[in-house]
Order: sequence, then C-alpha cells, then structure tokens
Amino acid sequence: MTRPADVETAVADAHRRGWALVLAATAHVARDLDLAEECVQEAYAAALASWARDGIPNNPEAWLTTTAKRRAMDAVRREQTFRSKLPLLVEPDETQDEVAIDEPAAAEPEDVVPDERLRLIFMCCHPALAQEAQLALTLRLVCGVPTADIARAFLISESTMAARMTRAKKKISAARIPFRLPGAAELPDRLRAVLGVIHLLFTAGHTAPSGASMVRHDLVDQSLRLARTLRELMPDEREVRGLLALVLVTDARRATRVDADGRLLRLEDQDRSHWDRSAMAEAHDLIVDGVRGGRPGRYVLQAAIASLYAEAPSYDQTDWPQIVTLYDELLSVWPSPVVALNRTVAVSMASGPAQALEEIAELEKGGRLARYQYLPAIKADLLHRLGRSDEASHAYRQALELTGNDVEREFLAERLAGPHRA
Amino acid sequence: MAQYAILIYAKARFDEAEVVPGGRAAHDRHFEDMVESGALVAAFALQPAADTATSIRGDVVTDGPFIDAKDVIAGFAIIEAPDLDAALKIARANPATQQGGGVEVRPVEGGFIAPRPAAA
Repeated sequence: MTRPADVETAVADAHRRGWALVLAATAHVARDLDLAEECVQEAYAAALASWARDGIPNNPEAWLTTTAKRRAMDAVRREQTFRSKLPLLVEPDETQDEVAIDEPAAAEPEDVVPDERLRLIFMCCHPALAQEAQLALTLRLVCGVPTADIARAFLISESTMAARMTRAKKKISAARIPFRLPGAAELPDRLRAVLGVIHLLFTAGHTAPSGASMVRHDLVDQSLRLARTLRELMPDEREVRGLLALVLVTDARRATRVDADGRLLRLEDQDRSHWDRSAMAEAHDLIVDGVRGGRPGRYVLQAAIASLYAEAPSYDQTDWPQIVTLYDELLSVWPSPVVALNRTVAVSMASGPAQALEEIAELEKGGRLARYQYLPAIKADLLHRLGRSDEASHAYRQALELTGNDVEREFLAERLAGPHRA
Repeated sequence: MAQYAILIYAKARFDEAEVVPGGRAAHDRHFEDMVESGALVAAFALQPAADTATSIRGDVVTDGPFIDAKDVIAGFAIIEAPDLDAALKIARANPATQQGGGVEVRPVEGGFIAPRPAAA
C-alpha cells in the first residue's frame, strides 16, 4: 500500500506533466476527441485506486497512456460498425488503422509522443477555429484544465464554455481538421497561430481583462508550461524561444506588480530586488540565441525590449534609446498600433514627453486605438509630466471609462485625484 | 476522402469588381488543375447575381440575391480532399481570392448528382 497523499501527489504531477502526452497518444487510437478525453479521464481516475494498491509505477505517464489507450481500443472495437458511419479524426498518411489499434500500447511513449503532443497543439490552434475556441481547446486538451475552470478564468458561464468547446470539436470532426503536423510551407503561419494562443493566454493571465484581481496565476502558469513544452518540441524555432523568453521576463516581475494592498505599482515604483533573477537570466540566454542568425521576429524583439527594461539597474538608468531602436525594428516586422503606442513611452524617456505626445496625436488620428484604455492613460501621464493638469485629468477620465480591471481602475482614479492635490 | 463545397464570392456590383487582366483565364486554369489532380467533383459558374438572381422567401418572390450583401455567390465547386488542410490548399488557389472576392469552404454532409438522360 502506498500512502494516499503520495498517490494523490503522483497523480496530480502526472496530470500536470503528462496530460497532453497521454491524450495525444490516446486520440491517435480513439480517433475521436470526446472518446479520447473520456478514456484519459478514466485512466487518471483508475490510477488513484490502482497506484494505492500496487504502488506508483516507475513511469506514470506510460502507465496512464497504456490504460487510456486500452480503454479507447475496447471502445473502438465495441463500436466499430457504428463508428464507421461517423466522421472520424483521420490521418490521411496512415492507412493501417487496424495495425495502429492492435499494436501493444506499452511502447515507450517518449519515442513517439513528442510529435503527438505537437499534433495536438497544432490541431487545437488550427486557424479554421475561432481564436477563443483555440484558447479553450488548448487549455482543455493540451493542458487538461477542466471546462469549469476555463469558464471561470474567462468569466463566462460553464455552459457557455462547454457549448463553445462542443462546437469547436464538432467542427474538427465534421470539417476534418487534421491531427498532424503542418508541412514546411504552412509551418510559419500555423506556428504563428500557436504562438498567438499561448501569448494571449499569458496576457489574459498577466492582466486580467476584467475582474477584481490583477493577475490570474493559473493562466500565466499554463502559458509558461505551454511555451516550455513548445520549446522542448521545436527547439530550433527562434520565435518559440522568443515567446518563452517574453513570458519569463515579463512574469519575473510578478511579485512586485501590485503592492501589499493589491494596488498597481508602476514599473518605476517596483522593487527590482524582488524580481525573479533566474527567470530573467534564462530569458536573456534565449534572447541572445534568438537574435542570432537573421532578422529577429516579433516575439524575440518583444522579449528583448522587456528584458532591457528588466535588466536596467533602475528605471532612470534604462537604455531608452536602445529600446526605441528595438521598437522601430518591432514595428517593421509587426506594424501594430499598440506597439507604436508602447514605443511612445520609450520616446518620452529618450526624447521628452512633448515629442511622445506628438506621436500619440498621430496615433489618435489613425483611430484604431479609439477603445484602447492605455492610450488615454499614457497620454494622461505625458500631459501630467508637462504640467498640463487639466488636460491630464480629462485623459485620465477617458482611460477610466475604458478600463475593466478593478486594480487598474483604482490606479487611474488615484492618478486622477493626484494632479488636483498637487 | 471527404467532400467540400467551395463557394466562390465576388463583388455584388459589377462596377466595383476588380477587373483583373486574364481573370477569366486564371479561373479556367484553376479548374483544369483541379480536374487534372482528380480533386474536382463538380463545378458551376453562375450568371451575375445582381442582374439575374430571383429569391423566394416564404411566399414572396423578389428580384435579386437572397441576402442583400456586398458580396454574392458567383459560383461553386465540389471537391474531394483527405482533410481540411488539403481542401484549404485547393481553395486558396482559387483566383477569386486574388480578385477582390474570396471563397468559403464547407464540408459536405451529403449529396447526389442525378444521372441525366443523354441529350436528344
């Protein structure tokens, strides 16, 4: 007998580390996502009892894979005739389905599975699915997060999330979104979609779009885990390294982004001694790798900017001109008005707030940031620095109207009160 | 193999449609390619919607396309492909995507092509 607490820990570990691996291998046999999910769920449940009785296996993931695959095989055999009429998850390059089903499931999962996990990720992030569906599927199928938790993280009801998930799975099955790796020609586009989902997950967790808490650690942790997995599976992709670095270096400031009372702290007010140095060092190495060999991509550049901010001994000693240069490069590979806006912050430090304000006026003319709360927030700060208090107050009010996150709202409200008191 | 419908959309107003030199020839070539690769099951080009479409909703018959929109269906093709990625690859090659319009890819649920008596 093994202690129940140890078994629970082992199952939880195997869930965190192995879910995607076990599900991917099982989906291969089940050729139906719902069936695969069900079998994997059952395998984890069975592990609790079985490991308590027989001890924790040396390779828990292999045990779980074998168990889940066996269940899937049984189900497939039972329903073979019925299932032949249903749309299946089919891989066109594999005609020997029977062989795949009959092969002993105990094969070392490490040999075959990395690819299977990648297939799963690419399927979940297929551009034919809406991005919110990509996000939800990735969390459910790759990370193994229960639907109820995903719904809570995105502040929608569980039934809405379940319906979204069902619809996405139905499309995967009916339109035959394939469970395989994209070819070399499609890879850049498809990889961009995968990186986009992981990044969105991170931003949703880093600054929750609405609600009481500034950070949703679970989402950040999942995005970090996904970025690490992807880096493990595609070690040569520079943008994968860039994204992992960006997540690491941004999250390194996690402990200092709000004060003890949960109030937002600006970068210049944060205690740099509490930043996660090992995460920053890891990010630094990834960035150095990423900028080598050709023009760096969007994520490498974003990470490089974030890293320059983080590595400066103090806010005032930040290398602003270098940051502006990196922003210029970033804008050339990713011409986004949000990037242009963030660039103005660095411009204000390198060339003064008046110059930055001029560039913001240009962005306002463009109109694409009309609903973006950080534009009036940044503008307000610049006006405040120039001593134009009335205009600053007006801009703070605009920002407040557009902001849904309570912590950010409180920060803005205080800033609004500040200039009047001054 | 699965079947997919490729619905081809073009600008509803002919004067807004981009006149692409060799546009018609590009379509011909694309369809020849699909025949050659064995992907094509059937394909139809339609007369301009604004001038020739007639719609019936309930009992009411009206002139013009069913949905009043900037883009209208100009034709459609049924193709066979192993999965969505393969279908999208074919759909992407459709010249409509480069001529100001675009295509919509839909998995086919079922279909039937009636055998016709030989023309008299």
